[in-house]
Amino acid sequence: MIRFTAIRLVEIIAVLALMSFVIYALIGLMPGDPIDLMRAADPRTSAADIARLKAIYGLDRPLIDRYFAWAGAALAGELGYSRLFAAPVLVVLLPRLVNSLLLMGASFALAFSAALALGIAAARRPGSRLDAVINLLSFAGISMPSFWLALLLMLLFAVELGWLPASGIASAGGGGAGDRIRHLVLPVATLTLASLGPYTRFARAAMRDALAQAHIRTARAKGAGEMRVVIHHALRSALIPLVTLLALSFGGLVSGALVTETMFSYPGMGKLIFDAVMGNDYNLALASLLLATAVTLAANLAADLAYFGLDPRVSLR
Amino acid sequence: MKGPLLVLGVIAAASSSGPLVAVALGTDAQGVDLLVRLAGPSAAHPLGTDELGRDVLLRVLEGGRVSLAIGGIAALAAAALGSLIGLTAGYLGGWADRILMRATDGVIALPLLPLLIVLAALDLTKLGVPQDWVQSEQITLMRIIALVALVGWTTAARLVRSATLVTRNQDFVRAARSLGAPVPHILLWHILPNAAGPLVVATALSVGDIILLESVLSFLGLGIQPPMASWGSMLSNAQELIATAPLLAIYPGAMIFSTVMSCNLLGDAFHKRLDPRLAGP
Repeated sequence: MIRFTAIRLVEIIAVLALMSFVIYALIGLMPGDPIDLMRAADPRTSAADIARLKAIYGLDRPLIDRYFAWAGAALAGELGYSRLFAAPVLVVLLPRLVNSLLLMGASFALAFSAALALGIAAARRPGSRLDAVINLLSFAGISMPSFWLALLLMLLFAVELGWLPASGIASAGGGGAGDRIRHLVLPVATLTLASLGPYTRFARAAMRDALAQAHIRTARAKGAGEMRVVIHHALRSALIPLVTLLALSFGGLVSGALVTETMFSYPGMGKLIFDAVMGNDYNLALASLLLATAVTLAANLAADLAYFGLDPRVSLR
Repeated sequence: MKGPLLVLGVIAAASSSGPLVAVALGTDAQGVDLLVRLAGPSAAHPLGTDELGRDVLLRVLEGGRVSLAIGGIAALAAAALGSLIGLTAGYLGGWADRILMRATDGVIALPLLPLLIVLAALDLTKLGVPQDWVQSEQITLMRIIALVALVGWTTAARLVRSATLVTRNQDFVRAARSLGAPVPHILLWHILPNAAGPLVVATALSVGDIILLESVLSFLGLGIQPPMASWGSMLSNAQELIATAPLLAIYPGAMIFSTVMSCNLLGDAFHKRLDPRLAGP
């Protein structure tokens, strides 16, 4: 297992290095560049000034040189300065990472438990009316554009009923833990409902396969109660394929968080990436994209390791 | 299977008759009339007007044409790219196969929307594309189709690769090779047709997802550009007016939902019909 983890970590680092170069190259192709912005801010800048500015920022050097200069500084923990927030990138990044992990963690936990319950209920009676309803609802969940869902929730709970705040993370002046939670309800509900459809389908399929296995019949024949058969015998083997599918869906969760955070002006990584890309904040866009990728890949690795723990056939060397 | 087919048929028929409705109403989807901004439903504007006085019904129909066209074309483009990658990986085998399949796994696992945002925000003039081209409608459409193909090829690649692995050493392929058929001919005429069944199902199933992706990009302002209408960008305008004109947020969203839902249900029914193991409850 240590060997496996080590190989996977090397792979993750290789992917991140490759991604950092691709993103670095792409970001140079985004509209506007910092020198243009400085020239726009001060029309008296002469051609000589511009050449000097380019030399100061290293923009006169080839792309590869600039990339390695950036990568060297980044490895030393120097991610540069965010133009948009006028603060060091790390200072901007970390609180938003915490906010995002809170949003994604809560939504994932809720969606996963609800999907397990729905999937088990549907898989225990295949072809029943309950199964058909759950199947239709999970298709509805998959087909629902998450930003429309967010708009509808906002319309109902914030505009019509006025029960919950429609955006932000806390009321002006701050209002303690209760206020924080009230601001979390709609974003978490959106991301949970958006993830619930696919998760339920995964859970239902995994449980159906698991319940059809011979050892389930053996357990029933030996007189095990329904609860014990479903939870102890079927769910344990259903979790193995389920974890693999969920591992692949973390990227989708991050994408969903981006839409949700943008909709509710929730200060997390997703909204930060969007704002940084739209606002030409090169340093911030690079660092936040890489961090989002790293978090996804780490969650992926964690799911793979959970798989090792769940499946007794895979040895834990 | 009939229900979703009917819904999709009605949406497609209504969307393609949009220009006729425009003639009947005496305006078009871009026609601005600042005197009747945010009006309710009337004979002249059956679904009312938006914040610039444009007819909502006509814009919903135009959005439908755009979404359905992009959904169809981008699904084909993604399938073509995926087939190319799958054929290459399966036929060459060895290192090429390993690298391409690792890339496939990577694309499936990565957070795609953040990366798409960077790609969608690229300034094509910095790549040497002329300015007036960049702002044309064709480039906007082609850019979205390219973006979707770039993230949507993985399923097709996997399916085609496994079909290629099965067929590449069968007698008819060896026969073609020994007769001196060039590799592209073998790939396209002897191997690809054997992957056709699952490839068609996967492509049909992907249309719904692609329409969703297009609407998200347009909603974020990175897809279809104004004045062309799209369901996503209509929702993004409606968000700002949600307290005053909530109905503007209902129509386009309901259209996206019902279109994507029909596509998915149809694809699922199609899938079950072709795969007898999935038949029954």
